[in-house]
Amino acid sequence: MMANIRLQDLRHSYVENPKSDADWALKRLTIDWADGGAYALLGPSGCGKTTLLNIISGLIRPTEGRILFDGRDVTDASPEERNIAQVFQFPVIYDTMTVHDNLAFPLRNRGVGAREVEERVREVAEMLELDTTLKERAAGLTADGKQKISLGRGLARSDVNVIMFDEPLTVIDPHLKWVLRSKLKELHQRTRRTMIYVTHDQTEALTFADQVVVMNEGEIVQTGTPIDLFERPQHTFVGHFIGSPGMNVLPCEVAGGRAIFAGLPVESANAAAYRGDGGRLELGVRPEFVSFAETGIPVDVMKVLDVGRHRIVETTQAGFVIKMLVPEDEPIPEGAAHVRFAEDRTRLYRNGWLVT
Amino acid sequence: MNKLTNQRAWWFVLPVVLLVAFNAIIPLMTVVNYSVQESFGENMFFWSGVRWFEEVLRSERFHSALWRQILFTGIILVIEVPLGLAIALAMPRKGPWVSVCLVLMALPLLIPWNVVGAMWNIMALPDIGLLGRGLNALGFTYNYTRQPFAAWFTVVLMDVWHWTSLVVLLCYAGLVSIPDAYYQAAKIDAARPWAVFRYIQLPKLKYVLTIAILLRFMDSFMIYTEVVVLTGGGPGNSTTFLSIDLVKTALGQFDLGPAAAMSLIYFLIILLFSWLFYTLMMRNEAR
Amino acid sequence: MRGRYWVPLVYIIFLMLPIYWLLNMSFKTTNEILGGFSLWPHSFTIDNYRTIFTDPTWYNGYIASLEYVVINTVLSVAAALPAAYAFSRYRFLGDKHLFFWLLTNRMAPPAVFALPFYQLYSAVGLFDTPWAVALAHTLFNIPLAVWILEGFMSGVPKELDETAYVDGYSFWRFFFRIFMPTIAAGIGVACFFCFMFSWVELLLAKTLTSVAAKPIAALMTKTASTSGYQLGLLAAAGSLTLIPGAVVIYFVRNYIAKGFALGRV
Repeated sequence: MMANIRLQDLRHSYVENPKSDADWALKRLTIDWADGGAYALLGPSGCGKTTLLNIISGLIRPTEGRILFDGRDVTDASPEERNIAQVFQFPVIYDTMTVHDNLAFPLRNRGVGAREVEERVREVAEMLELDTTLKERAAGLTADGKQKISLGRGLARSDVNVIMFDEPLTVIDPHLKWVLRSKLKELHQRTRRTMIYVTHDQTEALTFADQVVVMNEGEIVQTGTPIDLFERPQHTFVGHFIGSPGMNVLPCEVAGGRAIFAGLPVESANAAAYRGDGGRLELGVRPEFVSFAETGIPVDVMKVLDVGRHRIVETTQAGFVIKMLVPEDEPIPEGAAHVRFAEDRTRLYRNGWLVT
Repeated sequence: MNKLTNQRAWWFVLPVVLLVAFNAIIPLMTVVNYSVQESFGENMFFWSGVRWFEEVLRSERFHSALWRQILFTGIILVIEVPLGLAIALAMPRKGPWVSVCLVLMALPLLIPWNVVGAMWNIMALPDIGLLGRGLNALGFTYNYTRQPFAAWFTVVLMDVWHWTSLVVLLCYAGLVSIPDAYYQAAKIDAARPWAVFRYIQLPKLKYVLTIAILLRFMDSFMIYTEVVVLTGGGPGNSTTFLSIDLVKTALGQFDLGPAAAMSLIYFLIILLFSWLFYTLMMRNEAR
Repeated sequence: MRGRYWVPLVYIIFLMLPIYWLLNMSFKTTNEILGGFSLWPHSFTIDNYRTIFTDPTWYNGYIASLEYVVINTVLSVAAALPAAYAFSRYRFLGDKHLFFWLLTNRMAPPAVFALPFYQLYSAVGLFDTPWAVALAHTLFNIPLAVWILEGFMSGVPKELDETAYVDGYSFWRFFFRIFMPTIAAGIGVACFFCFMFSWVELLLAKTLTSVAAKPIAALMTKTASTSGYQLGLLAAAGSLTLIPGAVVIYFVRNYIAKGFALGRV
């Protein structure tokens, strides 16, 4: 049983009488989560992603707005009435029970028959590779084992609408993070449950999700596939946050339908759409799409960092840093050089937002 | 928890060891010293080996006091620990009433023990005390100065009044230290309140409960001032617990020998029981 | 008000009755107390309190007690914190035995140790100073503080430490900024208990002081011996001893009632 989840005109404040903008942890937003999707909620600490997650699960009641599961208003419903499951930042298990009983617990509480309980527990344990540890005390497992149990409790139930993850890999050893991440992706494909994964780590978000929701300061900044976010960031924040290194954001002006940076005209994909209504104008271009050229923007090459398959080159122009990704075999000039930006990958932003 | 082996941790522990050892070892040696000697007047000591120990262990008086003590401590533990836990569970976790509760509950703990004894002494008097008058008005013939049962009742009531808050405070601190996520997960798992208690709260309180039990065990086993001021050990010797007996022994003799020997036996009994309690309660933890 | 709150309410009423009785007695003369039963003072008097506030031996006694109790609490908790951390996070030679040994120091009735303590502290020249009592009380307070703190510390997963180091915190910055707030409840309880046990301890406090640092405890026993019980005075003195402790627990209430919020938003 799965559901479309719709958050309608949601706003949340942790303060009694919110006055200013800063008092709102979540500014007004409306968003739909489609059935069976793998979503990531990505954003820096304090952006409101955990608040949003807890509102969906019902652990927090939103100050304003409604939550609808398949059109049914569940704003006032408790977590168990919403049929959700949640995996927390640190492993939450029932220490005194065995792994088996941990997995069976939510089923038994809901009155599921003993035989079905056994079936589901076995199935889930096998999926999560916990089947060999079923008889052991849950407290004795390692952190990743315990997180698997947490996840297992959600998977074991057949009535779960959505499974939510709140930075679940926080306490996992680095070399096991990758293993667990792949496992989560695999599980999503196998069970086709709606999953919402909250994280501040872009690698986790981009590898797990089909759709990523980027948040910053209580607002949803962009929703899209990982590729969308990478190639067409709608906000400078997205461009900057995603990718390593992030997008270059350079202040500029617009004249005659073209962007002007450091006194030179720069071709871009959308400068023509600018309506001339002022604001803070910036050019965004990813380091991948900046290359050395005979003519173009004059720069000074400052630093070269070799990261294996390519090099990250830091250059400056008029006090602004322009980063570039240069493939392994290409030569890097020293001292003064010229760079050019790929036109179709260079975009104009006004007050942080993409100009359209 | 997977602990790292690190001998430099001793530096962290050093201040504690020095302070405690300073206070513990020298006085302890002195007592051991006395317990194996006889003295005839000042500075004339003769080795007497285990004589005092034997005498104490064979004494009828010692046995009665010991049994009385065990019974008393048993009753205390059975009442105070569950009661304290229940109160802690029922207390509000947030809001203005928390401060009020905590402050008011702490008050009995802060009264000097002789004042506690004196208060209850007067309060329980059948003619002029609140409790004494009250009970007699309800139809009981109650006089703790004459009836052993009434004396026990009063002593137990006094101790419960005095010390239950200790258990409450420990359990309360333990309870609020349980991360919210556990309660949230329990909600999501549709767990009923009893299951939340049994599978989340009680396991997480194991440690504070151990401390509470050990503390109450040790302190009630050594109880002295309050009881002496309240009943003087009577009527007769019906409330003469081990400590009181010990002091009577010490005062009644020239020699510190028997008292010292008794103290050591006393200490060893408490040590044994504590060790048993501790091992029992911690057997599942990898410490 | 939630249904279950009647439990603490009934308990508090139970606790307050004898305290009311104590206050009641403090405003009466000893004669009236022993003369008959009365729920409130018929001949209301503040003489008992007046005596305490005007007689220097009394109020110096309070100050002397406060002195050694505060020294002791600070000393005990400060020493216990690193020790508890070591017990909680590390394995080292003799750790289990040392841990249990600490507790054994609370297992002996102080009566017989009074004389040896007197000899010890006289020998080191600390007799009749607040430091004598403060140090002597560490015998039973430090083990208590270590045990309480260690328990709360072990409830914090080691991953928190490691995450902090990965984030660039130095050990001490981690300890004060992150670790201590998470065990706030344990620290609050430990502080209060150290304060409380030191404050009410009579025997050693009496033995190790004579004039200069005479604590309130000794004075209390004085009122019990001369000319029978001066009950009114005793009651007033007892009532006044409630105040410092109440202040302490009020002060640490936020620590005790604090929840445990692990992790970031």
